[in-house]
Amino acid sequence: MKKIYSVLVENRSGVLYKVAGLFSRRAFNIDSLVVGETDDPTVSCMTIVSSGDDHTLEQIEKQLNKKLDVIKVKTFHEHESVSRELMLVKVKYNRSNRRDIMEISDVLKAQIVDMSRTQMMIQLCDVPERAELFLKMLQSVSIVEVARTGTVALPKCHDQEN
Amino acid sequence: MNGAQAMVKCLELEGVEMVFGYPGVAICPFYDSILDSEIRTILIRTEQNAAHAASGLARVTGKVGVCAVTSGPGATNLITGIATAFADSIPLVCITGQVNSELIGSDVFQEADITGAAESFVKYSYLVKRAEEIPRIFKEAFHIASTGRKGPVLIDVPIDVQNAPIRKFSYPESVNLRTYKPTVKGHAVQIKKVMAELERAKRPVICAGGGVLLSGAQQMLREFSHKYQVPVVSTMMGIGAMQTEDDLYFGMVGNNGAPCANRAMNDADMVIMVGARVADRAVNQPEIITRDKVLVHMDVDPAEIGKNAGPTIPLVGDAANIFASLMETEIACDHSLWLQTLYAYRQQMQEKRSPNPAFVDPARFIQKLSGRMEHDAIYVADVGQNQIWSCKNCIVRDGKFLTSGGMGTMGYSIPAAMGAKLGLPDRQVVAVCGDGSFQMSMMELATMRQHNVPVKIVVIANRYLGMVREYQKNTYNSRYSVVDLSGSPDLSKIAEAYGMRFLRLQDPDREDEAIEEFLRGDDSVLMECVIDPMDVVK
Repeated sequence: MKKIYSVLVENRSGVLYKVAGLFSRRAFNIDSLVVGETDDPTVSCMTIVSSGDDHTLEQIEKQLNKKLDVIKVKTFHEHESVSRELMLVKVKYNRSNRRDIMEISDVLKAQIVDMSRTQMMIQLCDVPERAELFLKMLQSVSIVEVARTGTVALPKCHDQEN
Repeated sequence: MNGAQAMVKCLELEGVEMVFGYPGVAICPFYDSILDSEIRTILIRTEQNAAHAASGLARVTGKVGVCAVTSGPGATNLITGIATAFADSIPLVCITGQVNSELIGSDVFQEADITGAAESFVKYSYLVKRAEEIPRIFKEAFHIASTGRKGPVLIDVPIDVQNAPIRKFSYPESVNLRTYKPTVKGHAVQIKKVMAELERAKRPVICAGGGVLLSGAQQMLREFSHKYQVPVVSTMMGIGAMQTEDDLYFGMVGNNGAPCANRAMNDADMVIMVGARVADRAVNQPEIITRDKVLVHMDVDPAEIGKNAGPTIPLVGDAANIFASLMETEIACDHSLWLQTLYAYRQQMQEKRSPNPAFVDPARFIQKLSGRMEHDAIYVADVGQNQIWSCKNCIVRDGKFLTSGGMGTMGYSIPAAMGAKLGLPDRQVVAVCGDGSFQMSMMELATMRQHNVPVKIVVIANRYLGMVREYQKNTYNSRYSVVDLSGSPDLSKIAEAYGMRFLRLQDPDREDEAIEEFLRGDDSVLMECVIDPMDVVK
């Protein structure tokens, strides 16, 4: 099972190492990990996607809470949140497949953000599954390189803060 | 005032009386400043033992143990000691010198990324960037080390920070960490539930871990156990929480534990784990304590509850505090039938050892030795066969039993005993080690001599790494590999070299007089107790 951990941490050097180290030390999975500053410059938000059985997922939360640089841990499942991933894909194109690539991009709402005579770079911002789908659709095309941000997520909006 | 002077001032304000350590260039400003202080410095002979000695002191005094070493190899040598303290939740503040801030990262002489290297063994660590931060960091470090689930905190101080001037020194009165607020008081609803279950239970048992001692809850545990007539077993770290001769105490659990203690755990319908991790050596199959039983797990660290066994009633808080709350409830319970069963088990399930009569039986020897020690003596057990013999046979009354339980670090006993003796100079302190573990720490005999620390040391000598040999006997069909300790020194000469009294006990008939001779007076003695080289724990 997958779970998303939105972890507010002290924005200090070494904190990423401590949190990532916790995952490797206790053999927890990291499917993705994204860090960025929040509206408060002393606080960073780490969005960690992990998978495992219920016991492991609970342990991850407890062990995260135990870290002294961790201010707050929020956990939620994918369906309880809005999650996004940004992906950049650089592909080789030619006259015969150019139209196909553009059509796929169009259908999946990806944008072409850079181009040369032989390569183009496509940007997709969507849920992680759609990013996977996009890559799958491009399988017939020669992909030069791919960069993905990993998932960022927040729990869905409620009228009362929980 | 400079950074180093501020560091010393902080230690003084924290009431630190002693620092164990080993200097080097990167910590020299600190060791220069400490000359102007009343704080006593103990030059240990290898850095690992500085942490062990600080641990021994912390465990008998309840204060935070402090050690200070230099950068690079000094710091990396300290890691095993830090990890040992971490595994047993012992409060330490470990100070390391570091190379000049501007040189960090350039791999200069004696540079080691110690905060990085020690990360998984510390409760928290600091790399001090500016001298102004020293008072706040020290205040926080002592607070973090000594509250909640205790543990080692590392402070890495670059030499330029130690030398930097501080305009105004002010020590914070309190700590305000938004990320750290340990729960001490047990939740009232959970407390009620526990007492309701205890009233219902027919066969309750308490399993006491090291957390009881760390919280200073021995007396509360004993009161609780007697008030409600609940039998107690302990983990290795919980030895001494109950007096071993208490009728309601049934011994240590686990694969090296007392059969009647394990039987009590298995037959119980309610298990109250307190300050114990439910780790593999104590509870081999966690499902046994959860199946058909009410499991109450009390611990100050919420992450320990449910880690290895899912409890029926989780109860986060400090052991002393929880016992006090529990005892506010009056319940009617009668466990006399259950106790009768356990007394019968205790009679029937005595372990049958078949010791070689030509040699001293280490089990009997330890019973006699600990039985004749002063009522409040400190017994420090090392690691190996000697540890298991000690755990099973040591009689603890009002004193303490110390050992490296979680990490099982060989060589722990001598430096820890030294720290304990320095912490409580009026107590009798005895370290019991094997000939393997003795040789890991025998350099500290010099420290004992230099600083006049009269520790009594027993070496249970079998010329083998006995625990591993026993394992190889059972698991590898007696193919012994790298366990032969021939080449070990003549211990009488070692004792002579360090100016210690020496005794060799070889003849089992001379046991009593040897023990009497050994315990006589408050001086350093080294006793070699020669046992059958092939003797086994099981």
